[in-house]
Amino acid sequence: MPPLPQSVPIAWYLTLSAILFVLGVAGFLYRRNVITVFMSIELMLNAVNLSFVTFSYKLKEVDGHIFSFFVMVVAAAEAAVGLAIILTVFKNRQTLEIDEVSSLRN
Amino acid sequence: MDAILFLLFAAIAVICAVNLVVQTHPISSALSLVGVMGALAALYLLLGGEFIAAAQLIVYAGAIMVLFIFVIMLLNAGAEHKALKKSWVKFAGIPLLVALLGLVSFLVQTLIPQTVGVNFGGFTHGTALDVGRALFTAYLLPFEVTSVLILIAILGAIVLARKEID
Repeated sequence: MPPLPQSVPIAWYLTLSAILFVLGVAGFLYRRNVITVFMSIELMLNAVNLSFVTFSYKLKEVDGHIFSFFVMVVAAAEAAVGLAIILTVFKNRQTLEIDEVSSLRN
Repeated sequence: MDAILFLLFAAIAVICAVNLVVQTHPISSALSLVGVMGALAALYLLLGGEFIAAAQLIVYAGAIMVLFIFVIMLLNAGAEHKALKKSWVKFAGIPLLVALLGLVSFLVQTLIPQTVGVNFGGFTHGTALDVGRALFTAYLLPFEVTSVLILIAILGAIVLARKEID
């Protein structure tokens, strides 16, 4: 095993971000529960936030933190509206399976 | 020391993310997502983002995940019963995702200069003072527009959750 570097390479952070993003995509594609699908989207947003903060470190600018903050705000708004939509769908159809909610097909 | 801390929290984040995808019960997935967010907050601190780490814990792990768990409990959501129907999707999906991950990792390793390393304390302009100064000078208009967005989201959530749509 090679010795650990003194400072963490910036590519490690970006690779971790890519791993988390791909796991979020996998959850989005494979899970059938609409709430879990929604949480996978939050995981993808978090992975992109990590990239923003990492590039902010690399460029020595604070702008990446600002973008990350805006992503958080938009995620909060999205969670509020999305969960309200899920509540309404459940009230009308009594199901959380995304395959069951297909009235927009065709 | 930096590398040990990074590897520790990266391992926590990846294990919790895998758990999120693998678990069938939504509550287990939600708790795994809280673990991912906590580990990411620690990584933000290592990168010098004090404000963003605190906001991550308060907004994401605190507010948004509580909202998720409220909805899961309100709807009494149980474990998933049905597996994915199309079997070819199951077999083609994982290799394609691994290929995507390999491509992105390759691009990151080749395009990003290897000389830049992250040390704790190497970037000290992520405090609430600096973020606030940038937010209220250069990014004032987006910040104000965001407040309108939040207002619309509140109204939308109230309208949607109040009554059934015919």
